[in-house]
Amino acid sequence: MCLAPGILANDANTNFELAKVCPAGFVLSAEGGCELRTLYDGYSSPHDSGVGGPRAGLPDIRDGFSPEVIDLGRYLFFDPVLSGDNTVACSSCHDPDYGFADGRGRALGINGETLERSAPSLWNIGFFDTLLWDGSKTTLETQLLGPLYSTNEMGNTPEQLLADLSSNEIYLQLFADAFGTPDIRLNQVYTALSAFEASLVSLNSRYDFYAHGIHDSLSPSELEGLNVFRSFVSRCGECHTPPLFSNQEIAIIGVPEPEGRPFDPGAGATSGIPSQRGGFRVPSLRNIAKTAPYMHQGNFKTLRDTVAFYNGGRGHAVPESENLLIHWHIWEPNLRDEELDRLVDFLHALTDEGFMPVIPERVPSGLAPGRARQLEHEYGWGESSQNEQRQQTHSLQMQQQQKHHLEKHHLQKHQREQHRKHLTSRAE
Amino acid sequence: MKIKLSQALSIFLLSLASAMAQAATLEVKEGESIQAALTKAKAGDTIKVYPGTYHETVFVDKDDISLIGVVEDGEWPHLDGEKILNDAILYSGNGFSVEWFKITKYKGNAIMGQSGNNFSIRNNWVIDTGLYGIFPEFGHNGLIENNILSEIEDAAIYVGMSDYVDVRNNQVFDNVAGIEVENSRHVLVEGNVARNNTGGILVFITPGLPIKSSYDAVIRRNFVTNNNTPNFAIPGSLVAGIPSGTGILVMSGDQVVIEDNIITGNNTGGIIVTSGDFVTEVASDKDSDPHSDNVEIRNNVMFDNGNDPDGEMKLLMLSKFSTKGPDILAYQSAADKERGSCISRRGAYRSYGLEEWADCDAPTVRAADAVATATDIGTSRQLTTKMLEAPADPRVITADAGGAEVVYNGICAGCHAYNVRLIGPPALVIQAQYGDDVQALADYVANPVKRRPDFPAMPPQGHVSEDMRLLVAEYMLGLEG
Repeated sequence: MCLAPGILANDANTNFELAKVCPAGFVLSAEGGCELRTLYDGYSSPHDSGVGGPRAGLPDIRDGFSPEVIDLGRYLFFDPVLSGDNTVACSSCHDPDYGFADGRGRALGINGETLERSAPSLWNIGFFDTLLWDGSKTTLETQLLGPLYSTNEMGNTPEQLLADLSSNEIYLQLFADAFGTPDIRLNQVYTALSAFEASLVSLNSRYDFYAHGIHDSLSPSELEGLNVFRSFVSRCGECHTPPLFSNQEIAIIGVPEPEGRPFDPGAGATSGIPSQRGGFRVPSLRNIAKTAPYMHQGNFKTLRDTVAFYNGGRGHAVPESENLLIHWHIWEPNLRDEELDRLVDFLHALTDEGFMPVIPERVPSGLAPGRARQLEHEYGWGESSQNEQRQQTHSLQMQQQQKHHLEKHHLQKHQREQHRKHLTSRAE
Repeated sequence: MKIKLSQALSIFLLSLASAMAQAATLEVKEGESIQAALTKAKAGDTIKVYPGTYHETVFVDKDDISLIGVVEDGEWPHLDGEKILNDAILYSGNGFSVEWFKITKYKGNAIMGQSGNNFSIRNNWVIDTGLYGIFPEFGHNGLIENNILSEIEDAAIYVGMSDYVDVRNNQVFDNVAGIEVENSRHVLVEGNVARNNTGGILVFITPGLPIKSSYDAVIRRNFVTNNNTPNFAIPGSLVAGIPSGTGILVMSGDQVVIEDNIITGNNTGGIIVTSGDFVTEVASDKDSDPHSDNVEIRNNVMFDNGNDPDGEMKLLMLSKFSTKGPDILAYQSAADKERGSCISRRGAYRSYGLEEWADCDAPTVRAADAVATATDIGTSRQLTTKMLEAPADPRVITADAGGAEVVYNGICAGCHAYNVRLIGPPALVIQAQYGDDVQALADYVANPVKRRPDFPAMPPQGHVSEDMRLLVAEYMLGLEG
């Protein structure tokens, strides 16, 4: 006997029905909540920090939501009814096809307006308590209010959102199934969206199998890349600390803004700590191969460009008018080209989309589920494709800047070498 | 939601006991590769490396590996990075021991650990390995003993974000920082010679790191002398701001005991206790406390310090109408009464900023009391180690029958949902096929063959032990929606 594949999925049915089983990786507890089970559960981490190395425990995840609430969140996440003009869903900028980002340098809001920063990936977001590029939010529920109600992102209002959902018979039924209340409340919307976002877990990459002791799961070149990654020469792993590949701290690294863009003060503008000017939350690197372009405004097109930035010298791209407290891990590692290539190889080994949720073909509003490609169709990749040429020129300029910077530091290096010689001759 | 360690299970790794029973010794001779031996090695094995020059980066991601150099007639096994390679030895395994290596000319580190607990790093001879010499990070319970390190651009011995570590009887010289304890707790730094560095011994909290505190450090019976080497750190590094001529520097660290040291000839100052404001080149962090609290300075022999204070410290001393630097300086908030610090025999030292510090005991020790086991007389003398009595959590997934759930959900659920088609067929479909034949399913997953035209072939799961495959198969066939 063999059931036809796909027939079991809810979305193939004409009626909307919420899942009664937990998403992949989660197990239903006696209390009725879905709890994550991962191979990392067997490890501790120092001071329960959720950082520490290959075999260290994860931070606590936001779990315990019921299967129904998570599944309701899935429909809401893909439904453009959440936006003021019914054109944009969460998934328009956090599209599964682009690692739950959107493939753009800067995200698009309603009316095709280009926003200030790029849409961050949502994989493993349930482990984070430092959210957004500037780290200004600590919970998923408070974070999502920003995009929902800001005029240029989804442009909705609490009143309209509640009215739209409450006038939809299907949603009334689904909310009742998920929360057991006769009417829809806004907090339930936020909870369901957070529950779905926190179910996006990626912890089964080939790197993870290596970490758990299956040592042939990384190729020799990826393994070489891992060793460059965790070396204190490159220092990648100092901030992008396993197992999440983020320590969730604010770091000032001095990335050049895209051509023509003003300097972005990042956390310095929102944290109340002026010395964090130009600082951004260290992003996770999981599924990083899926989420080009990179950095807070899509500043780099490829992973190779991105890793090359770190090789360019401390502060080499900081505008002269800015005096930033560049992170001490940013220096002049002088990595060879092949080491940069191996780093990129390793970053590709962090890809795992095994727990990809089912993407709904239809959503309760009857609107087409929001996707990044729709926006492309509507508004084109305009900015991105134009940027391609610009960025090529730009990266040439960067190379020149780097060269200049290296020359500037040559003298200091020379002084250090002289000092060494002095020490050596003294020893002899 | 995390499950307890006791509920976890052995999936891939042999249990420690059985591995120990089969422990082998592998030998590496000049011309052979140390890493090749490590690839063959199993938990519990010892790798002996014979004299000769080895140009490689050795990485140890297995547990309970001992990497032991064999020194013959004064000839050492020599790891030489030729300033091309980044690190000599990287480890993440627990229970790692490394001894008797000469390590030179790497760009990054001689020995760097991430997350390995219960480590032992002894008797190594390290010269110019770039940024750090010995650098365990995120480790619990470790020993760094009898190593000799020189010409390091940052800290020769760097205990980073770790707990329960003894740093004993090492000699560090001609480095920027001799020994640095950073964002770490329960650390004993004892009996070391820290001479001719820029700064001898440092206890820091660096802001912006994920582990925020640094407390309970005992700096005892060290020789901290003539640390007057000009600062040759990489610009931008934290230690680039250390004034040349610094003996001991406590920045933001709490509960630091500095006792029975001999601190002489450091041209800026013998002991400086200060707050995070001392270094201005690093962004602040609202979660890390910049103040140094509860510092105890007892019974140190100090003279000849402060002969030529460096840079800003010179200006500071001039503002106090002195051209000389101090034996002891409490600076910035470290001088405040509410920080709870104390000093013994304050009259014996040329000190500044200690007016509000309390007095603490340092009674004269009679011959009869002068042993480590003497009755507690208000000093750290009873303390013998900060290491743990029993090994720290080894972070091995140990055998336990309760956790087929973890393996199923951690691995299998990536391709198999209960009733939804993912990459592989749903559990419902597999249940219909296998019924309760657990053995057949367990055998299949070890060596799968492609059966369904509309699904990709399943990758073999032979790395999962047979016992575990049976448990997981049973779990899958028993799944209910």
